[in-house]
Amino acid sequence: MPALHALANPARFLRIARPLTPILFWIGVALVLFGCWAGLTLTPPDAVQKESARILYIHVPSAWLGMGGWSGLAIACLSYLIWRHPLASVAARAIAPAGATFAALCLLTGSIWGRPTWGTWWEWDGRLTSMLLLFFVYIAWIALDRADAERSGDGRVPALFGVAGSALLPIVHYSVIWWNTLHQGESVVTGKIHISLLWPLFFTLAGFTLFFAGVVLMRMRAILASQKVEARLRRMAAA
Amino acid sequence: MKAKHQRLVLALLALGAILGASALAMSALKDQAAFFYAPADVKGKPLPLDRHVRLGGMVERGSIRRADDGVSIRFVVTDGQATVPVAFKGVTPDLFKEGSGVVAEGKFQPDGSFVADNILAKHDERYMPPQAAGNMHETKTLAK
Repeated sequence: MPALHALANPARFLRIARPLTPILFWIGVALVLFGCWAGLTLTPPDAVQKESARILYIHVPSAWLGMGGWSGLAIACLSYLIWRHPLASVAARAIAPAGATFAALCLLTGSIWGRPTWGTWWEWDGRLTSMLLLFFVYIAWIALDRADAERSGDGRVPALFGVAGSALLPIVHYSVIWWNTLHQGESVVTGKIHISLLWPLFFTLAGFTLFFAGVVLMRMRAILASQKVEARLRRMAAA
Repeated sequence: MKAKHQRLVLALLALGAILGASALAMSALKDQAAFFYAPADVKGKPLPLDRHVRLGGMVERGSIRRADDGVSIRFVVTDGQATVPVAFKGVTPDLFKEGSGVVAEGKFQPDGSFVADNILAKHDERYMPPQAAGNMHETKTLAK
């Protein structure tokens, strides 16, 4: 915890974030490119779904980051509520659009995958519906956060909403276990993917995650810079 | 107790309550959230005849009968405890086959059978190369 609190100092945060951003970003891009190439060329097709199963190398990391993004956002909101540190709300603001993008990518790749395998673009089953809801909740959080900032609120309302929204995470995750759904059950954590098809997924999972972290750091730096500009303009106007 | 610590305890309690509430809601909604009826769900109970519903399970091995017109099929859906005969006219997805998962959309008939107007394939969570699955499907990848 003391280490985290030390990082909460914006100047110290920027000193670390500045060199870290391109490292995370480019290693992430490289891993994703290699993982996708390997998933398209080095692995055998799935016995049942044939070539269409290869989309899992994008679909699974998107789902992971769509949900992981909200976990990060909720943790940032929670620490903002507890310690009132402005950097926590900057982090939440930086994560939201990135998480929403991956949630959308998850829905999109899932839809493209569902057409040839299930025979439908979309069905209102528990997993698909709860994931769509998570995407809408991201959009709602972004709208609420902007409205709060515009009315110069203290950020407590979006922070509360960010914590409350985590109610969706167990629903998305357990929907395929506790409910009967069209979507199949857990594959990755239960080890149901043969290693010869599985290994490129580790590259795309790690790659997209680093890429995500890089984008979030980039956005946090941009938000901090724009806050600085605003403060300077205000001082100049006052002088 | 400092205000900071008080907020920490309160916020963690709130988070626990939220996650607990969503788990409770999920188990309470189990029946409503179900995407389909399994054959055992309707066995010995009044059939939902007046509504458009989904029936899900496995296609019983050896049960698919194709009619001479080329588009009408009959098969049996099973969940290991009960079975329901299904009639369908139309195009089935590629993954629809005996011994694998299926979700049929349509209506129950008074005699206990099911008439489907749409067939979805439900695959399981296992992924493996054709050799491991023991079938002789060609194993070329996109590269070759």
